[in-house]
Amino acid sequence: MSPTEPSEARASDRGLKSEMTQIRRFSENDTQITPETYAELEAIAARYPEPRSGLLPMLHLVQSVEGRVTSEGIEACAKVLGISAADVSGVATFYTMYKRKPVGDYLVGVCTNTLCAVMGGDVIFDRLKEHLDVGNDETSEDGAITLEHIECNAACDYAPVMMVNWEFMDNQTPESAVQVVDALRAGEAVHSTRGPKLCTWKQAERVLAGFNDGLANEGPAAGPASLVGLEIARERGWKAPTSDSSGPTEEPGTKIEAVEEADTSRAESETLSKEVK
Amino acid sequence: MDMLTPVLTDNWGQDRAWTLAAYEKQGGYAAMKKALTPEYGGPDAIIQAVKDSGLRGRGGAGFPTGMKWGFIPQDNPKPKYLVVNADESEPGTCKDIPLMMASPHTLVEGVIISSFAIRANHAFIYVRGEVLHVIRRLQHAVQEAYLAGHLGKDINGTGYDLDIVVHAGAGAYICGEETALLEGLEGRRGQPRLRPPFPAVAGLYASPTVINNTESIASVPSIIANGADWFASMGTEKSKGFGIFSLSGHITKPGQYEAPLGITLRELVDLAGGMRAGHQLKFWTPGGSSTPLLTDEHLDVPLDFEGVAAAGSMLGTRALQLFDETTCVVRAVLRWTEFYKHESCGKCTPCREGTWWLVQTLARLEKGEGSEADLDLLLDQCDNILGRSFCALADGAVSPISSSIKYFRDEYLAHLRHGGCPLDPAASTVFASHGAPA
Ligand SMILES: Cc1cc2nc3c(=O)[nH]c(=O)nc-3n(C[C@H](O)[C@H](O)[C@H](O)COP(=O)(O)O)c2cc1C
Ligand code: SF4
Ligand code: FES
Repeated sequence: MSPTEPSEARASDRGLKSEMTQIRRFSENDTQITPETYAELEAIAARYPEPRSGLLPMLHLVQSVEGRVTSEGIEACAKVLGISAADVSGVATFYTMYKRKPVGDYLVGVCTNTLCAVMGGDVIFDRLKEHLDVGNDETSEDGAITLEHIECNAACDYAPVMMVNWEFMDNQTPESAVQVVDALRAGEAVHSTRGPKLCTWKQAERVLAGFNDGLANEGPAAGPASLVGLEIARERGWKAPTSDSSGPTEEPGTKIEAVEEADTSRAESETLSKEVK
Repeated sequence: MDMLTPVLTDNWGQDRAWTLAAYEKQGGYAAMKKALTPEYGGPDAIIQAVKDSGLRGRGGAGFPTGMKWGFIPQDNPKPKYLVVNADESEPGTCKDIPLMMASPHTLVEGVIISSFAIRANHAFIYVRGEVLHVIRRLQHAVQEAYLAGHLGKDINGTGYDLDIVVHAGAGAYICGEETALLEGLEGRRGQPRLRPPFPAVAGLYASPTVINNTESIASVPSIIANGADWFASMGTEKSKGFGIFSLSGHITKPGQYEAPLGITLRELVDLAGGMRAGHQLKFWTPGGSSTPLLTDEHLDVPLDFEGVAAAGSMLGTRALQLFDETTCVVRAVLRWTEFYKHESCGKCTPCREGTWWLVQTLARLEKGEGSEADLDLLLDQCDNILGRSFCALADGAVSPISSSIKYFRDEYLAHLRHGGCPLDPAASTVFASHGAPA
């Protein structure tokens, strides 16, 4: 990766040009790693019985500071763990969430694994490429959006699925996806369909490094598709059977009763659980 | 027995279900307290209850959970570890993520009981990195549990110590494979390890380690609370209990349905309001893309480990991806194959090279190029990969190919006759039902 000016001929290549601009902007020399970063990297390593276990979250922290995995970030991890930079680099290149090219403020991933692709993910991905004038794994000229296609993100019941900085944007259409990226580029607040207002990619990477951002209480417990089976069961009065000891008596009305009835030696355990407390 | 039996999903609709307050209000952590009281009988009694319940691993392979716990050599002086596999990346699988989002405390409670049973003082939840809000909820739940005295030193005065670390992965399907996961958790490239030794003997840091799927561990509190017989009263003879069935694709109400093992797809489709209006089921995966495809002939197969195996596939993760007649099976299979090629960790040749060749051959066929002989070539390539690779990723990679040729050979040939795909991909999108002609 050379931080030099692209030639005329290369500048005609849109993807390369925007990539070069980005690289210049985040050139190797403007590392943001500070003594505080070192302290946090050490804190991550200290969570584990063996420090090297911290490497994956440590690389997430590097991304939150640097906007990608830089050589300085690799060096810092290597130093903290007492391993070689080549070792760290080997790990960083194995996992797809680690980016060597600068990422925009918002990493937009469109699921194009089979189910989402068939349900419309391919169309959405094509529409966004055209709309943002970028290819896969490229960043829009304004540096706001990096677009990529992603694999199944465990939300197939909300297909077609899009992720922004790893927050769910469920049940997308080409139009809704365009609206999301336009709003993000305009600096408007956009909410995840099952979570908080979208933060930046660097902020998200900090949470992945294990530093809580206090947003756990935002958003619903579950999206609508997660609840369909439960709602049918409620409508029809269907329940799991009552527990072993309750015999042929009437079904418990609530889970608390169920749990209590479940106890073979109820009285005994109630006293005991008081002792335990 | 009722057709749906919400246990794990039972509290998902509650207000702020993810909080400790909401979880305890509906009886949460009572099972933990019960299991940790000396009168319950100690760790061995918990292992026995899980054995008696018949619980089998919910991560795909269906290995009996209690038996796995029993393999931990208790005379080994090294520390023991529990690792929860929350990597959920098998295409189609989408049950663990909503569970951890809605009720992370169910998992935390399960981790405490399970760790106590195998005598571990350290547990890890290895969650895929691509689910930010789920990770927030897990971090929050673990923090709440510490503050409540359910984690840390001398849990609730019982003398038992346990620490939980929530560990975010970094994007690699192979890290769902348990030994590759351990490599990731040790800060290395996620490439599977040679077995034996099995993780129960030499897992994390070469110490005895139990690795279980999220849903397996989350099922444990209900077994302790309600008894092994209660759990075993659901399900079928060799596939006991309930499980979350995840319906996705061309179905009226996609989503999560928790039912006793052995329910059929016909029953589930019926509950889910049928296939999308005006269309019929063409093919489906019973347990993610690594399980051989089935067709509308298999609607009455009992969805338990034995029933699906007898039908030539696997129950897997109960990830039921349903495709209707507008879907091109060749396109679907090619896309999955591209996924396996991308996710192959590169450690062994049959998989690294083989998945590349599979994509080449399939891509040609999809474009209508090549000849009928290419189908035999494909099957031959599958033969050279299946059972000859280092881990099960490669076996999964050939499943959609060989099963689709078995059931839809004609559709492959139609691509050759037609000089490309005979179907219109626009017709299978969700937007197509918004008025556009199918
Ligand atoms: C390629 C591959 C991917 C896997 N992905 C997962 C996964 O995401 N989650 C999971 O629980 N098990 C996954 N497994 C299965 C695990 O190796 C292991 O069997 C499981 O976590 C054991 O837990 P259980 O006994 O509770 O099911 C995967 C296996 C393979 C071969
Ligand atoms: S089968 Fe594939 S994923 Fe498994 S070890 Fe070999 S190359 Fe890696
Ligand atoms: S296929 Fe897109 S989320 Fe599963």
